[in-house]
Amino acid sequence: MKRTDEQEGSLKRTFLHLVKLARPYKWQILLATCLGFLTVGSGVGLMMTSAYLIARAALRPSIAALQVAITGVRFFGISRGLFRYLERLVAHDVTFKLLAQLRVWFYRAIEPLAPAGLARYKSGDLLSRIMADIHTLENFYLRVFAPPAVAILTSILMWFLFGLFSWIFSVILLCSMLLAAVGLPLLTWALCRGMGTRLVQLESELSVLAVESLQGMAELLAFNQETAHIAQFARLNSELTGLQRRRARILAAHESLGGLLMNVAVLAIFFAAVPQVTVGWLDGVYLALLALGTMAAFEVMAPLPLAVVHLEESLAAAQRLFDITTEQVVVEPTAGPAVSSFDIAFRQVNFTYEPDEAKVLRNFDLDIPFGSKIVIHGPSGIGKTTIASLLMRFWAPQSGEIAIGGVPLEHFPRQVLSEMISYVPQNPYLFSATIRENLLLARPDATEDDLAAACQKAQIDDFVRALPDGFDTWIGEHGLRLSGGERQRLAMARGLLKEAPIYIFDEPVANVDEGRAEKMMQFLMGLEKTVILIMHDAAHATTAQQIEHDVWV
Amino acid sequence: MNIDKRFIHYLCQLKYTFIASVMLTLLCSVVIVAQAALLSRVINAVFLEKNDLATVAPLLQLFAALALLRALTFFGSREGANKIAATVKDDLRHKLLSHLFRLGPTYARSQQTGELKNTLMAGVDALDAYVSDYLPQLLIAFFVPLLILIFVFPVDLSSGFILLLTAPLMPFFMILIGDIAQHRSQQQWTLLSRMSAHFLDLLQGLTTLKIFGRSKEQVEKIRSITDEFRTTTMKVLRIAFLSALVLEMLATISTAIVAVQLGLRLLYGRIAFERALFVLLLAPEFYQPLRQLGARFHAGMHGFVAVKRIFAILATPPQVARGLLPARPFSALSFQHVSFTHAGRETPALRDIQFTIARGEHIALVGPSGAGKTTLISLLLRFLDPGSGTIAVDGQSLVEIDAEEWRQQIAWVPQGPFLFHKTIAENLRIARENARPQELIAAATRAHIHDFFSSLPKGYDTVIGERGARLSGGQAQRLALARAFLKDAALIILDEPTAHLDDESERHICDSVAELTADKTVITIAHRLQTVEGADRIVVLNEGSIVDIGRHAELAERCSLYATLLHSMERAR
Repeated sequence: MKRTDEQEGSLKRTFLHLVKLARPYKWQILLATCLGFLTVGSGVGLMMTSAYLIARAALRPSIAALQVAITGVRFFGISRGLFRYLERLVAHDVTFKLLAQLRVWFYRAIEPLAPAGLARYKSGDLLSRIMADIHTLENFYLRVFAPPAVAILTSILMWFLFGLFSWIFSVILLCSMLLAAVGLPLLTWALCRGMGTRLVQLESELSVLAVESLQGMAELLAFNQETAHIAQFARLNSELTGLQRRRARILAAHESLGGLLMNVAVLAIFFAAVPQVTVGWLDGVYLALLALGTMAAFEVMAPLPLAVVHLEESLAAAQRLFDITTEQVVVEPTAGPAVSSFDIAFRQVNFTYEPDEAKVLRNFDLDIPFGSKIVIHGPSGIGKTTIASLLMRFWAPQSGEIAIGGVPLEHFPRQVLSEMISYVPQNPYLFSATIRENLLLARPDATEDDLAAACQKAQIDDFVRALPDGFDTWIGEHGLRLSGGERQRLAMARGLLKEAPIYIFDEPVANVDEGRAEKMMQFLMGLEKTVILIMHDAAHATTAQQIEHDVWV
Repeated sequence: MNIDKRFIHYLCQLKYTFIASVMLTLLCSVVIVAQAALLSRVINAVFLEKNDLATVAPLLQLFAALALLRALTFFGSREGANKIAATVKDDLRHKLLSHLFRLGPTYARSQQTGELKNTLMAGVDALDAYVSDYLPQLLIAFFVPLLILIFVFPVDLSSGFILLLTAPLMPFFMILIGDIAQHRSQQQWTLLSRMSAHFLDLLQGLTTLKIFGRSKEQVEKIRSITDEFRTTTMKVLRIAFLSALVLEMLATISTAIVAVQLGLRLLYGRIAFERALFVLLLAPEFYQPLRQLGARFHAGMHGFVAVKRIFAILATPPQVARGLLPARPFSALSFQHVSFTHAGRETPALRDIQFTIARGEHIALVGPSGAGKTTLISLLLRFLDPGSGTIAVDGQSLVEIDAEEWRQQIAWVPQGPFLFHKTIAENLRIARENARPQELIAAATRAHIHDFFSSLPKGYDTVIGERGARLSGGQAQRLALARAFLKDAALIILDEPTAHLDDESERHICDSVAELTADKTVITIAHRLQTVEGADRIVVLNEGSIVDIGRHAELAERCSLYATLLHSMERAR
């Protein structure tokens, strides 16, 4: 797979970015590294002392001569287990802390972007970023920092230990360890190129298909698309599992070659040591010790293959996270200006959703003084909803100014703006929660009476009362356990519960029967607030000021 | 021991690969034993017998050959295990999604999408370690120590006994902690699923949270749920690590016992050095598979929990029979004593429904919300099958007819159509895959939406957002109508096609619907006066039962519920 320098550079940047995110935990990572080194060190100690013990005993010395070796075996045996336990505990603890923090960080970063900045991402894709991509980083933080550091420390230790006998042993071991710790990983990295990126991509595409299958199942079945849809899913899945298998094969090859290198090192040590024993430069009692020490030192290589194999996947996953969070930076004013009135003014506003599309609003002017009741009506698709979206600052106009109380919208912090306006869109979103939880979103400190009053105003009180669990009824995902009309009225109740000077309701009575609609309109018209209604049919709102669509067309 | 019977049964199709992989691992162990024997011989020869390099060189060459063989057998055994993992993941994920489709939209709606998605993706991925590491390790942990014992016993009886007696301590200990660990793993899995469902709901409702100025405080919620997940995960891991520690201690202490008794016997000349070294080299190899089983225990439990959830879904019987008979054009559709109760509900959604639809007839369904109109349509679309009673198609029970073929005869225009995050053309083509551009334009023109589509700079190649974010309600409905025109089916099911639209759109849609439904059999969930006036017959539903059936004029006279419904329709106009 060919790759440009630019991609290589961005991988490097991603790597550094990931390292930066781990900075607050540097001491724990350092601790994990030390513990990892102590674990391997104990392993080396255990093997070398026990080999020495046996060899020495074969020469039948007094038992006292063995005492040091026996203590060593005991000590290293116990310390290896303990150190390994502690090392795993510390390393995993810090990793999961990091991942938890990353999820919060990611949400924080994308929250200001909604909805305009996130419009091009599917929710299944965003979900796979916050879940799967961050999960993938587990491999990065668990295996990329500490294990290579431990390998380096161990190599240094072995250099000195073997150097006590002869420099040639040090050279042999260091060379073979270098091959295993640097050569092999480089080879694996080269073989795995491009795989990680594609894996992450496939994972996300499959996620999107899965969410679409589940939420769009009725349509897919009704139009006989299930076979094609499942086939597409199966095809991508086969590619994913095929790729995972190829990667597992590279991993297995790496591990086998690592084992082979260890054996080569043992052989090389023999070829160097045996002649030395023969000529008397080396005491034969140390032969077993050198062989077993070599084997033990290679224990540090065990976590390396996994780290290398998963490195690109981790980087690709991280890149997907940084793509969203760094591409668009939203700077929000921190302190809101004081507002003396809630008069709304649109001045010469021009707006299109996409740069090359026809303008939805052209030199649009509109004044809505505080307390007025306004109905915006006109055929569908003409941009009625756009006015509400612009007021909510979900989108920003290309030119012109929208102001509340004379202050341009962009000078308000998001929080202040949302406190001024209560908006119920045409297709309101209800959360997979209880009626109460959905309502409390509008005012967390609302009392039982407040909830009941809001429901009464939205003409849904009788429905809620009739439910066995009342306000504590779970309404299903997207509120799908309720009918369309009930969903709309519940959303209205939520909008009315919020105490804001400006109310914007998109099609408030579309799914409501005549009697209820009339009552609701009467109530809305009597409010001492600005009420903006977006309706296709203005029959109910006879008392309100009517704005025809030709105002802006 | 974390084994699910259904899963093992499923794995039987791969038994040869599985056996081959385990056999290669055993072969690898034999090589390791041989290497230990060679190593102790070489050291003995040089150290005690004072041989030189030339004498031991052939032994070292043999050692090198064995090293190569060891690498090959290791690779081979991993290759086998990986093949099994890949096959299982490939197959099960596909099966799971197919089965979810067979369970239908009603089941999918009763579950949390995020949780199901998590099972499909992370759940199936968790099988990887379970199948390729944990399950083979169960066998390896039994056979490899046995194999080593076979070699150790002839060399040194007392060391053999020490190994034999200490080994069972390990499985005993693992069983001891297994229950707690499994409980915790289950908890962890539930939390992971909950986290996934929570995030999906959060991401899809982000705009609403923003409207209420509540999106920022979700950070705290996320922090608490991720922290909870982290603590639970750490609890699981702590058990896993602790068990690994105990196993390691057991192994180390046993090895130390072997080493010390060997050392003492060497001291008194009761055993030869070569034999002692051979046993000492093998002692860690003896405990290694058991220790590794401990290390893989966590992966095993994680996979086991996922396996249970996957097979629980697969074991859920589909609510719709597959049906084998081909679907033919029909002349009459009749509901015969049809009743249906949704799973988990007590009151039936439909009771004893009886009426017949003749070919070409236009039927309107009316009734207050919750009357059972949507359920009735779900039965016709075969999203559900009747709990009792029969829907007969020319005397043939609908249940026996192939559901997929049956649906090909239906064009469905739902109330809130689901629009895919694809281009307009692709969204239309779900109705007819190979429709030519002219056909798309023709259908869109008849649905009075072509002008809008062509006004977009990218025209029919404009990507419309999830849930049709870029389209208004009326435009989405007209797109759904265009799909119905493309499909050109004999039976048309319309669900409130003109709710909340402006006059102009409504007039357009009325014209379109009239054009679409001419000469067709039509069932409409009606909310408009014009629809009921034009219907051949009107079925009035209330609380799951048919209250009355008749023509508009008749019902207006004699049915009080109909009169009430009519009243609000008239006023709405």
